[in-house]
Amino acid sequence: MINIQSLTFAYPHTSPLFENFSLSISSGETWSILGSSGCGKSTLLYLLAGLRFPIHGQIEIDGERLTRPRPRSGLILQDFGLLPWSTVRENVELGLRVRSFYGEDGKHTPVNFQPEKGVSYWLERLGIDGVADKYPSQISGGQRQRTAIARTLALSPDLLLMDEPFSSLDAVTRENLQNLTLSLCEEQKLTLVIVTHAIEEAAALGKKILLLGTAPNSTAHIFENPNAGQNEYRSTKTYHDLCDRLWKEMQNEAA
Amino acid sequence: MKRRDVLLAALALIIIWQILAMIVNMSILPDPFTVAKVFIRELQNDLLTHFAVSLWRVSAGMALSVLAAVPVGLAIGGSRSLNRLFSPIIYLLYPIPKVVFVPVVILFLGIGDAAKITIMFLILFFQIIVLVRDQAAGLPPQLIQSLQSLGAGRRAIFRFIYLPASLPAILTALRQSIGTAVAVLYITELSATKYGLGYYIYYNGSTLLDYPAMYAGVIAMSLLGLGMYFSVDWLERKWCKWKFVN
Repeated sequence: MINIQSLTFAYPHTSPLFENFSLSISSGETWSILGSSGCGKSTLLYLLAGLRFPIHGQIEIDGERLTRPRPRSGLILQDFGLLPWSTVRENVELGLRVRSFYGEDGKHTPVNFQPEKGVSYWLERLGIDGVADKYPSQISGGQRQRTAIARTLALSPDLLLMDEPFSSLDAVTRENLQNLTLSLCEEQKLTLVIVTHAIEEAAALGKKILLLGTAPNSTAHIFENPNAGQNEYRSTKTYHDLCDRLWKEMQNEAA
Repeated sequence: MKRRDVLLAALALIIIWQILAMIVNMSILPDPFTVAKVFIRELQNDLLTHFAVSLWRVSAGMALSVLAAVPVGLAIGGSRSLNRLFSPIIYLLYPIPKVVFVPVVILFLGIGDAAKITIMFLILFFQIIVLVRDQAAGLPPQLIQSLQSLGAGRRAIFRFIYLPASLPAILTALRQSIGTAVAVLYITELSATKYGLGYYIYYNGSTLLDYPAMYAGVIAMSLLGLGMYFSVDWLERKWCKWKFVN
């Protein structure tokens, strides 16, 4: 589904974060991108979202070269990106309103776009129908993140990109939302790419884990984690061993 | 601002006024009750007409300023290159006291309402531009990026982010401008007109030496400003509900 070919990227006047970097992600996979601050993990997500562009090389999604945000990719950010002046319901409707603002032009909105499920369905599915008329400042961090997820899923995406979406939440809310995200991805057959700096989160969510090291990243360091998302996986020895391995690798990178 | 607080403040001012009038004991400072009687009498004469003319001028000046300054402020605040280009020009023009242009504008536009509205427009335009520009430039980039990821281009970003985000700034600019607008209104109505509260106050105070009527005009002008403050507050509660939910 995603094909990154010989990617080189640097912000102006800084050394490159990626140099001749290649990676392939298949449809329906769940990926965690792990790394310490400044390694380029969020930048890679923004490149996949079509909000930044390679200096050399290219990114293809579904065979098409990425030159702008792709209508079927959904991006969820750390601070949720909700409009403070809109209610929860209006925020969930936002993507659909943007699409009707442009009409089916094929550029901002896919031609023949019909949302599979209505806003009410997503409000209910994410458990936020009770706060639909509240503003973001009136609800909890977990509810805000549920609103952001509902807003993205209302557009029937096939790729979900998440940038440290659960980092500001308490442990219980975080685990609930992680599990909800995985079950939604399975239910909607989504490809998931989640960026995190938390080893436990990367190991709990990603069936494949991409570990980024000190920039520039040239080779994709991938860890297979086929049991991620299974019931009680977090209490297994496999999970803890993987967390240890990732921890050591990150320490080696930092050294 | 609660109405009860405004009433209490008005009561306190009336008491201070009464005490001052008793101390001064001269016709130039009549007591509030004399002025109140004249105010009611003058309402039945032509004070209401002067009030309406002033209200029209100040509303037109403010409406024109908002209509012109908001798009410019949004465009400059939303684009770094436009900001770099136009901000120095704004900073050069903003501090010029536009009220000095009253004679020049009257020369160009004549003695009608156009000149008076234009002066008010010149003053308010820059105040609103600066506030709206700062609001638009200070928006968190995540907000814009998350909308871009939903498929929004430049037009949709302006419609769904810049415009609603700038509404509180527009209303703040209006609130800050009311005092200036009313003061400018007085100056523009001193000459080349026979209508408006500025003319009414000046004519009664300086020509007829009818001080109670002059103070009745001052009260009318205060009520004009107060009414505008309340209108902006009302608009803010209606359009920016999210600011009042906590």
